[in-house]
Amino acid sequence: MRREGSPWTGLWAVVLKEMADHLSSVRMRLLEGLIILTAVGTVYVAIANLRQTVGEDPFLYLRIFTTAQDPLPYSFVAFLGFLIPLTAIALGFDAINGEYNRRTLSRILAQPIFRDALLLGKFLAGLFTLGITLLALWLLVTGLGIFRLGVIPGGEEVGRGLLFLLVTLAYAGIWLALAILFSVLFRQPATSALAAIAVWLFFAVFWHILVDLLAQILRPADNPFAEIAQVQLRMFLSRLSPNTLYAETILSLLNPEVRSLGPVLVTQLEGAVLGTPLPLSQSLLLVWPQLTSLVSVLLILFAVTYVQFQRQEVRA
Amino acid sequence: MSVVIETRDLTKRYGQVVAVDGLNLVIRQGEVFGLLGPNGSGKTTTILMLLGLTEPSAGEVRVLGYDPVRQPLEVKRRVGYLPESVGFYDELTARENLRYIAHLNGLYGQEAAARIREVLTRMGLWEVADRPVGTYSRGMRQRLGLAEVLLKRPQLAILDEPTAGLDPHAALEFLDLVRGLKADGITVLLSSHLLHQVQAICDRVGLFHRGRMVLEGTVEELSKRVLDVAYRIRLEATGDGLEDVLSRIPDVVQVRREQPHVYLLDARTDCRNDVARQVVAGGGRLLSLALEQLSLDEVYNRYFQEVHREA
Repeated sequence: MRREGSPWTGLWAVVLKEMADHLSSVRMRLLEGLIILTAVGTVYVAIANLRQTVGEDPFLYLRIFTTAQDPLPYSFVAFLGFLIPLTAIALGFDAINGEYNRRTLSRILAQPIFRDALLLGKFLAGLFTLGITLLALWLLVTGLGIFRLGVIPGGEEVGRGLLFLLVTLAYAGIWLALAILFSVLFRQPATSALAAIAVWLFFAVFWHILVDLLAQILRPADNPFAEIAQVQLRMFLSRLSPNTLYAETILSLLNPEVRSLGPVLVTQLEGAVLGTPLPLSQSLLLVWPQLTSLVSVLLILFAVTYVQFQRQEVRA
Repeated sequence: MSVVIETRDLTKRYGQVVAVDGLNLVIRQGEVFGLLGPNGSGKTTTILMLLGLTEPSAGEVRVLGYDPVRQPLEVKRRVGYLPESVGFYDELTARENLRYIAHLNGLYGQEAAARIREVLTRMGLWEVADRPVGTYSRGMRQRLGLAEVLLKRPQLAILDEPTAGLDPHAALEFLDLVRGLKADGITVLLSSHLLHQVQAICDRVGLFHRGRMVLEGTVEELSKRVLDVAYRIRLEATGDGLEDVLSRIPDVVQVRREQPHVYLLDARTDCRNDVARQVVAGGGRLLSLALEQLSLDEVYNRYFQEVHREA
């Protein structure tokens, strides 16, 4: 049995309303403040460090993102790597159950729109909000770089920077989709927020430990071949985590010198000119699997959310 | 008169539980129909199926000629729905809440603004249109809900328990507003468990019990069927042995003496003429004679007493 009418009806009304909510919410302002503080802090410290080596590095602009220097233990991208999931979760954890608890869900769904429009609208609004934040942040960092270092980024560096933005957005989309999924599954916003943060903590902290243990148990390294097998298994397992996928993608995009993301045998290095940077297209090729995996995780999470939401009863 | 709602053997099961069981309902244009019944008798489920918000397990529905399962947008474009204990975005003003709904209905700009003004004025909320809805009282929220229903200029308004939680004064006020919808030619379907409140505005009512519509008709028809009487006459008169005299009138079923001079007569027809004649003939003095509306509560209680006795 087919339904009639376009699933896009009312989509933009939902997107605009939700974006207005996000951009004016206290929650979002707090997080934006936090992100901008860390951004300015890390970038300032990085710049202070880079000023001493201005003449030596061809990718000075990209170094702004990746240089870590005392007193801050992490670089700008490392900070972003854990602030972005938190922001995405904050934007999505009460998307559906919030409507339900405010008793607005049945009223909204009684308007001439499909549930598709509500769900997709909320997702897109979250994504656009994150996109705006990231773009502003990127421009801020670029501006600071030009201002303090006096170095104009080249075309390829800007391209790498934009790709970094897109990848970060996809990574944020995963956590947003997860948070929205939990907001469909759980009735209480507190439960869905905690569940989403628990998943994030699991991948951010415990997954590495688990991967190490599993790799040692499943592939004990008692000879050189077993050692390689263990490393490969460890890499495979660790790439099941979106955090690893994101970290690898960013590593390769922001460091043109990175030529491989796995173990390299000496024989494979024959004829390679070590330390020479890759062109952008080759760096992109290197992380293509990671990139597509990130996007597919995002799509799968959204699809599961969609199915769950379509089946849910709206009655209070 | 064209048919607005038609259901055929409409059924909804949640696992083992049958929420709505073979419902056959026809509502015509311009009617005010009351779905009455205790909580959990399937009223809200029926309403959700009419709007296409829940899929029926079996049976067919037609609302304004459309199938809510396959053409939900067509149905929802023409039907206004006020859910039970309606909620709004508390931090937004009434105007902003309605603007969102207008956008969802494809109304923008001047037209949306004009309609919002029109419905808020009509519901008496124009003065407070720019206050956050969080500051509204229960009655104001309910009126805002009705304003939202009117915003899309519906052909059919479905109101789920619209007077629940309102104080008697606010409830009466609200029912007056509902009566106004009928005057506009909008068909109204409302559900309630507060029978005495809705009987005054319903043209027809349907009594729900465990997912089935056990009785249907005008209040008079129902009282005739269940209580075997359709009329209650309130008589004030003095005189001796009036009770005997009155109970001998053919159409009178029962006579009760409420106060020394006040008698309540249950009758099958409007036999006030006979009553007056008998009182005067019996040497009594007639002080007043009035037809009282039978309460739906009585019909309801009697019906469920009988159901329980049989069970």
